[in-house]
Amino acid sequence: MWSYVARRVLATLPVMGVVAVIVFLMLRLSPGDPAAIIAGDHATSEDIAQIRERLGLDRSLAEQFVWWLGQLLSGDLGTSIYLDRPVLGLILERVEPTLALSISTMTFAVALAIPMGVVAAWKAGSWIDQSIMALSVLAFSVPVFLIGYGLVIGFSLTLELLPVQGFVSLAEDPVGFARHLVLPTVALGLVYTALLARITRATMLETLNEDYIRTARAKGLAEPRVLILHALKNASVPIVTTIGTGLALLIGGVVVTESVFAVPGIGRLTIDAVLQRDYPVIQGVILVIAGVYVLVNLAIDLAYSLLDPRIRY
Amino acid sequence: MKRLLWAAVLALGLGGPGAAMAQDRASTLRVVVHANLQILDPVWTTAFITGRHAYLIYDTLYAMNSRFEPRPQMAEGHEVLEDGLVYRIRLRPGLRFHDGGAVRAQDAVASLRRWMARDAMGQQMAAVTASIDVVDDRTFDIRLKERWGMVLDTLAKPSNPAYIMPERIAQTPPNTQVTETIGSGPFIFVREEWRPGNRVVYRRNPDYVPRQEPADYLSGGKRALVERVEWLYIPDQNTALAALTSGEVDYFEAPPLDFIATLQRNRNIRIVDIDTLGTQGLIRPNHLYPPFNDPRARQALAHLVRQEDFMRVVVGNPQLYRPFCGAFFMCGSANGTEVGSEPFRQPNVERARQLLREAGYNGEPIVVLQPTDRPQYNAATMVLVQSLRRAGVNVDVQAMDWSTLLSRRASRNNPYEGGYHLFITTHGGPTTATPPANTWFNSRCERANPGWACDEELSAMVAEWARESDLEKRRPILERIHRRAWESLPYIPYGQYTQPIAIRSNIHGVLPAGLPVYWNIEKR
Repeated sequence: MWSYVARRVLATLPVMGVVAVIVFLMLRLSPGDPAAIIAGDHATSEDIAQIRERLGLDRSLAEQFVWWLGQLLSGDLGTSIYLDRPVLGLILERVEPTLALSISTMTFAVALAIPMGVVAAWKAGSWIDQSIMALSVLAFSVPVFLIGYGLVIGFSLTLELLPVQGFVSLAEDPVGFARHLVLPTVALGLVYTALLARITRATMLETLNEDYIRTARAKGLAEPRVLILHALKNASVPIVTTIGTGLALLIGGVVVTESVFAVPGIGRLTIDAVLQRDYPVIQGVILVIAGVYVLVNLAIDLAYSLLDPRIRY
Repeated sequence: MKRLLWAAVLALGLGGPGAAMAQDRASTLRVVVHANLQILDPVWTTAFITGRHAYLIYDTLYAMNSRFEPRPQMAEGHEVLEDGLVYRIRLRPGLRFHDGGAVRAQDAVASLRRWMARDAMGQQMAAVTASIDVVDDRTFDIRLKERWGMVLDTLAKPSNPAYIMPERIAQTPPNTQVTETIGSGPFIFVREEWRPGNRVVYRRNPDYVPRQEPADYLSGGKRALVERVEWLYIPDQNTALAALTSGEVDYFEAPPLDFIATLQRNRNIRIVDIDTLGTQGLIRPNHLYPPFNDPRARQALAHLVRQEDFMRVVVGNPQLYRPFCGAFFMCGSANGTEVGSEPFRQPNVERARQLLREAGYNGEPIVVLQPTDRPQYNAATMVLVQSLRRAGVNVDVQAMDWSTLLSRRASRNNPYEGGYHLFITTHGGPTTATPPANTWFNSRCERANPGWACDEELSAMVAEWARESDLEKRRPILERIHRRAWESLPYIPYGQYTQPIAIRSNIHGVLPAGLPVYWNIEKR
C-alpha cells in the first residue's frame, strides 16, 4: 500500500505543475492591474507606473514566471502585494475558520443525511420517503446565500438567538466559536445533506434488494441490524466517494457562505485577492486548494480498502 | 417558540455573551467600514480606507474647521516672516508618539518631506519650497521660493494630509511602504489583533493630549471616549445591514443609498449626515483622443447631462441630493460658485448634436467603461449611455469590474486599442472644494489624472489663485477659473449628493467631519 501512496503522491507533482502554469497565465492574461488599485483613486499614471516597476509587474511574463517558480521551488508561496506579508502566513491565518466550517458542515450533513437516506430507502415509496426526497430537492435547489439570509432573518433578527456574522476562534471563546458556526453550517450543510441523502437512498435501495439481505432477514435478524450492519456497510463505498467529492465541492460553497456570514476564511481571502488582483495570494491559495483536493482524493481511495476488503493496493 | 429555541441553544452550551463581554462591548465601538484595510502607509496610497486609518493613529500639524479654515492641531501656532516667504511653525508641548518618544520638529520635517514627494498638493508645495529647516526641537521653518497662499490650507487639507510620524520611520523612501505604524494620534493601532479582510482594532491612546478647543470638523480636541474601536469588513451589504439591525455593530460607515429608507424606519438606528459638502459625481472624458480632445465635444456631453436623471437613478431619495449643482468646487462650499454653468442647467440635445458635428464626430463608436461591481457607478454609467444614445451617439459600452477599470482608465492607448473615451467616478469633500486640490479638475495635461485634461490657461489661473492669500482678491480669480472650466470642461459633474452614515441610537457625539472619525464618540 505504501508504494501505492508514494506513487500517488509523486503523481500529484505534474498535476500541481500544470495548475501552477494555468493559474499564472490566467491571472496575467486577464485584465486588471494591482498597481492601479494600490495607487488609489486620485493617482496619476506616473504613480501607477512607479508602483508597477517596484512590484516587478513591468517585467516580461516569462521573467515573472521564472521568478515565481524559483520562489515556489524553494517552498515560498510569495508575498502579498498589498499586505507585504508571506502568502503562506495569510493562508494559515485563515485555515481555522474554513476548516471549522468544512468539518462542521460535513458532520452536520453526514449526521442528518445518512439516517434520512437509510430511512427513505427502508420506507421506499411511503410518505416518509416522498417527504424526505421532496425536502432534499428543495434544499438542493435553493441557493446557499438565500438560505443564509433566511436563517439570519429568522434566528438572528427575529428570534435574536444567534449572531449575524463573524467568527470567533475556538481557543479564544469556545461558546462564541460554536454560536458563530451554527448558521453558516446549516446554510451550507443543507445542500450536502440533500445530496448525500439522495445518494444514500439510491445505494441503499440497491443493496436492500441483494440476496444476502433477504438471507439476513430470513435468519430473523432485527431490522436495524440488517439496515446498519449489513446494508449500510456494503452501500458505503459510493457514499464515501460522494462525501469526498462533497469536500471538493465545499470549496465553492465556502466562498459564498463565508461572504454571506463574514467569516474570515480561505474563501474570503480568495475573493478579496481576486477582486484586487493580488497575484501571489491567488496563486498560493489555488495551489494549496489543488493540493488539498488531490490529498482528499487519495484519502478516499485509501478508505475504500477499509470499507471493502476486496479492494487492495 | 422563542423560549423553546432558547432552551435548546442553552442546552447545547451556546448561551449569549457573558457580563464581562457585555462590559467590553459597552466600551468598544464596532464599525462596518467601506473597504478592506490592507495598506497601512497613507503616503504610499491615496485609498480612502488608509486615510481613515491614518486619522485614527496619526495627528496632523493643521486641520480644517467647519468653515474650512486651517486651524493649528499639533502646531501651537505659526509666524509668517520675511514678507510671507517663511512660515515658522511651533509644535505644542507634551506631544508623544505611541512608542513613548517625544514629537520633535525633526519628526515633522522628515514627515513633510516624505509626504511632499508623493502627494499631489504636497508636490505643488514642494515646487514653491526652497527648504524646510529645523530651528529647535519644537520649531521649524518652511522657506518658500515665492509667496504662496496655500501653505496652511495644504497642511490642513482633509484628504491625504501630512501625517506626522517619528523621524526614523518618515525617513523611509516615499516609494517604499513604512513597516511600523507609530503615530501620535488619539488611538493606537493594535497590530496583533489585525486580521486583514476581517477586523482592525485600535485602542485609546492614554497619553494623547487633546487640544482644549471643542472638536470642530477635523480640528479641535480629539477626545477618545471609547476604549476600543473595531473595524469590521463585511463585504456583503445585506449582512452588514442585519448586523447593525441586530446591534452587533454600532456604526455603518457607508450604507447603500437604497437602504436609507429601511434604516430610517428603525427606531434603534439613526441616519447621520457627517459630510456637509457631500459627494460629486463626474464624467471623465479622455482628452487625448477625438472627439473629446475638442472642447466642443465635451460641451456637447455637458448639454446631454440632466443631473436630476442621474441622481434619481444613483441616489433615489430626493433628500440626499441636489437637483442641480453647477459648481466644480462643491455647492455649499466657500468656493461654490456656479458661474458659467447657466447654459447647462437643462439638457439641450439639439445643441449637443450640433457641437458634436462641429467637433468632427461622425458616428464612430464611443467607448464607455462600465464598472458592473460598483452599483452607484454602474447606474450612473447606464444613465450616461442612455443620454448619449438620445443624441444619436454610437456607444460601445464595455462592462468590467472596478479593478479592471482602474487599470484600463490609466491606459493612454487609443480607445479602440485598450483605451477609452468616457468613464464615471466620484470625489468629494473640502479637497474637491479647492481649485488646486481638486485632482480631477487638475488640467496639467501629462501630469493630470487619467483622462489627462489639458488646459494651460486654466492651470495658470489655478496657480494664480493659489499664490494669492487674500480671500477677497481670490474671489474674482475663482470666478474666472469657473467660467473657463465650463468652457474647457476637465470633467462634467453629474450631480452632488450625500452619503450618510447609519448608527445605533445609543451612539452619541458623531462629528460632521466630512469623513468618519472616531474621537468624540460615546456609547450610552
